[in-house]
Amino acid sequence: MIGIVNYGAGNIFSLTAALDRVGIGYGMVNEASDLDLYDRIIIPGVGHAGAAMEKLVQSGLSSYIASLEKPVLGICVGMQLLTSFSEEGNADLLKIVPLKTLHFGGRVTEKVPHMGWNSIQIQNGSTLFQGIEDNAYFYFVHSYFIEYEADFTSAVCRYGVDFSAAIQKNNFYGVQFHPEKSGKDGEQLLLNFSRI
Amino acid sequence: MLAKRIIPCLDVKDGRTVKGVNFVDLRDAGDPVELAWQYSQQGADELVFLDITATHENRKTTIDLVKAVARQVNIPFTIGGGINEVKDADILLNAGADKISINSAAVRNPKLIDDFARAFGRQFVVIAADTRLVDGKQLIHLRGGRERTEIETLNWLQEAEERGAGEILLTSMDHDGTKDGFDTTFLAKVNAMVHIPLIASGGAGSQQHFVDVFEKAGVDAALAASVFHYGEILIPDLKQTLRTAGVVVR
Repeated sequence: MIGIVNYGAGNIFSLTAALDRVGIGYGMVNEASDLDLYDRIIIPGVGHAGAAMEKLVQSGLSSYIASLEKPVLGICVGMQLLTSFSEEGNADLLKIVPLKTLHFGGRVTEKVPHMGWNSIQIQNGSTLFQGIEDNAYFYFVHSYFIEYEADFTSAVCRYGVDFSAAIQKNNFYGVQFHPEKSGKDGEQLLLNFSRI
Repeated sequence: MLAKRIIPCLDVKDGRTVKGVNFVDLRDAGDPVELAWQYSQQGADELVFLDITATHENRKTTIDLVKAVARQVNIPFTIGGGINEVKDADILLNAGADKISINSAAVRNPKLIDDFARAFGRQFVVIAADTRLVDGKQLIHLRGGRERTEIETLNWLQEAEERGAGEILLTSMDHDGTKDGFDTTFLAKVNAMVHIPLIASGGAGSQQHFVDVFEKAGVDAALAASVFHYGEILIPDLKQTLRTAGVVVR
């Protein structure tokens, strides 16, 4: 069973709908003791990273997440929370993955937000991408990105700059795109996570 | 590379699709959820639902529709029509909509764009605008093109972006329904001005029209309704045509 961190940062209906479609069981993590109820955890999140971090701190969950040893998947802003810092709100984040979340604005000439389907290049065969072809398309909607770093980047995407479409450090995984909106490949990724 | 998007638009009234639909495999051509699922299977990149009779009374029907689509369809979708305040948008986003589009309400009360962007983030806010050429000027029209304003379209779109719009859906009323092609000239002008994604709408009649609007106007996405609904253009064929022409598609 997957526990979904329910800290009020964006709607989770699309995520639970996707889990329902592929037949993965889930429940909500509202307080720290709920973390023990599940064998893996998803941190969703949309909107403002700084505001999302504040909500996570207020929920009392932030200090427990870094010490988790079960698989954890951050999606979109939920992934950005795993990094050290975001330029969005100049916010200190969970510091689980020593990378920064940066603004596209001023760094690329492309339109911001980066919105739509973009292809990703899978690095060193992360288990998260099993059964998914290299250069597969996923759906992105974001104005901030996690810098590329060979040690932690498990999939690269290019939008003016090379950035991390997916990251991994030990049991912590993150994807910048929305698997719940990324067709069959997105559903496959969620299935893969449920089997790690 | 970021792919150009193909977006079928479904007009919905009282929870049912209104424009004629001519798919062979449909059990119920009036069911927007089944239609949406079919489009997602065919390779549509995104969907737009336009609730053309959105009123307070049938708001619940719309929410049920959004939930049903979010449950069954694995691509993003936008819902528009009758969204006048943050509360309306909040309910739809929590029901699983990825974006909401506002048109007349934003023109009448531009501050709405600021409010929506602050409440949900700009990526949720699509500004839909209907434009028509009047005495050499592109002017914003309301109520499906029936009501003319004196607002110049370029000025309005620039203001919308500054206020926090995350995307623009621009319909050329002069081209809409003609099947003579998109207004590539004006769309190119808008595309060069804005810094947010632009969806072209109005005039699609052939596959070549889609090639043209991506090549000549550089827009990020193209939207159409009847050519898809009547099966005149099949999305897999269209994607192949675009690919052959060198347009990046999924």
